[in-house]
Amino acid sequence: MSEFKALTDAVMKGDIQTAVAETQSALDAGANVQDILDKGLIVAMDEVGEKFSTGQMFVPQMLRSAKTMQECMKLIKPLFQEGQLTAKGKVVIGTVRQDLHDIGKNLVAMMMEGAGFTITDLGVDVSPKDFTQKAEEVGADIVAMSALLSTTMPAMRETIKALQDAGIRDKVKVMIGGAPVTENFALEIKADAYAPDAGSAVIAAKKLLGIS
Amino acid sequence: MIIVGEKINTSRKSIADAVKERDAEFIGEVAQEQAEAGAHYIDVNAGTFLEQEIDSLCWLVEVVQNEVDLPLCLDSPNPKALSEAIKHHKGEAMINSISLEKDRFQALLPVITGQPCCVVALCMAEASMPNTVEERVQVGSNLINKLTEQGFPLEKIYVDPLVQPISVDTRMGAAVLGAIQSIMNDFPGVNTICGLSNISFGLPMRSLINRNFLSLCMKAGLSAAILDPTDKQLMATLLSTDMLLGRDEYCENFIEAYQSGRISML
Repeated sequence: MSEFKALTDAVMKGDIQTAVAETQSALDAGANVQDILDKGLIVAMDEVGEKFSTGQMFVPQMLRSAKTMQECMKLIKPLFQEGQLTAKGKVVIGTVRQDLHDIGKNLVAMMMEGAGFTITDLGVDVSPKDFTQKAEEVGADIVAMSALLSTTMPAMRETIKALQDAGIRDKVKVMIGGAPVTENFALEIKADAYAPDAGSAVIAAKKLLGIS
Repeated sequence: MIIVGEKINTSRKSIADAVKERDAEFIGEVAQEQAEAGAHYIDVNAGTFLEQEIDSLCWLVEVVQNEVDLPLCLDSPNPKALSEAIKHHKGEAMINSISLEKDRFQALLPVITGQPCCVVALCMAEASMPNTVEERVQVGSNLINKLTEQGFPLEKIYVDPLVQPISVDTRMGAAVLGAIQSIMNDFPGVNTICGLSNISFGLPMRSLINRNFLSLCMKAGLSAAILDPTDKQLMATLLSTDMLLGRDEYCENFIEAYQSGRISML
């Protein structure tokens, strides 16, 4: 049984007050911050993602857990030294050009953050150029794109092209998702992964980067 | 209530297969069952076909209108697909949809003013999706004013307040209900329409949530809905709500639907 079980349970329940108190008491007791993050918080979010993917948990519960984790992170983040928090990988995420839908993209960003990835969220209506520039700038491991309209799906292909033209296509993995997007479309435009929901996105991202 | 039958959409696998195979018989059956269940319009959507969308949509229009004597709801975010599909359509189509996004508005305006038709006006502006009642009413009013200034008849406008998931923000239900009420009050004669199922994204028991939401929307003044008319529980909710709101004299429609087996509790 993990020494952080109470913390993990509180994050899974989305009980901010208890989770923050547990984080603080772990810190006071001299626990290692990396352990609090990995064995307390990320473990909880992994389970949330899995239960969400299998229909045992639902969006509001997932949002609540993610928010709880964010509050705990506020306590432990300042204790990490610069650069240490990027261990799992850097993700640049956004909804593609001319598409304003952000709900699915936000859920994916939140769950990836919960899993320990460092997220740069470019918001909605993100041009191929903006994806590419930001990916270069932060040295992204993954570029994740969302589209909710069949008319904006071609922008995913263009973004992949822009990554190629910039000479960084082989340095980043490309993930796509959104209601009209399919596995076939991902194959067609040579994206590296397709994810149908936020839980699957985390699993796919880990697989792409070879993280267990 | 005006019912738009939603089943002919290529995001459903059986429809996508039938469109790919150009299986007119199957598409015809899906059109027919919706017509028999009480649809006033049959929605046709081939959006997932991307580059082949236009050809597929035009084919759907011909096939469906060969089978049923109903107008269609031509459904695409792509103005080019809509302007081509309407050329194949007999009678007054419903164009789904126009929005305040500049390119989309400019591209569709000549299409909808060039011939008699209805239009779905989506409460979506250039910058972002609407969150509050006020944002929806503002975009909706703006669209109504712009369309009527061009001589488009008010009663042929169907404002869609844009339903978003309650699971992500619990104010989303009330935002839609408030917007329907305001728009119907401010512009007597205009219509409001919405798709229901977005409301329940991310939650269990979605069909129950959708049905209750339909009732509440109808109370707020909703005059049309895009739904599956062959769903007997959903239609039972629709007809019983209409009756409870005093719009079904002698409870005739409700009873008839029951007696003919078009509605049920399970």
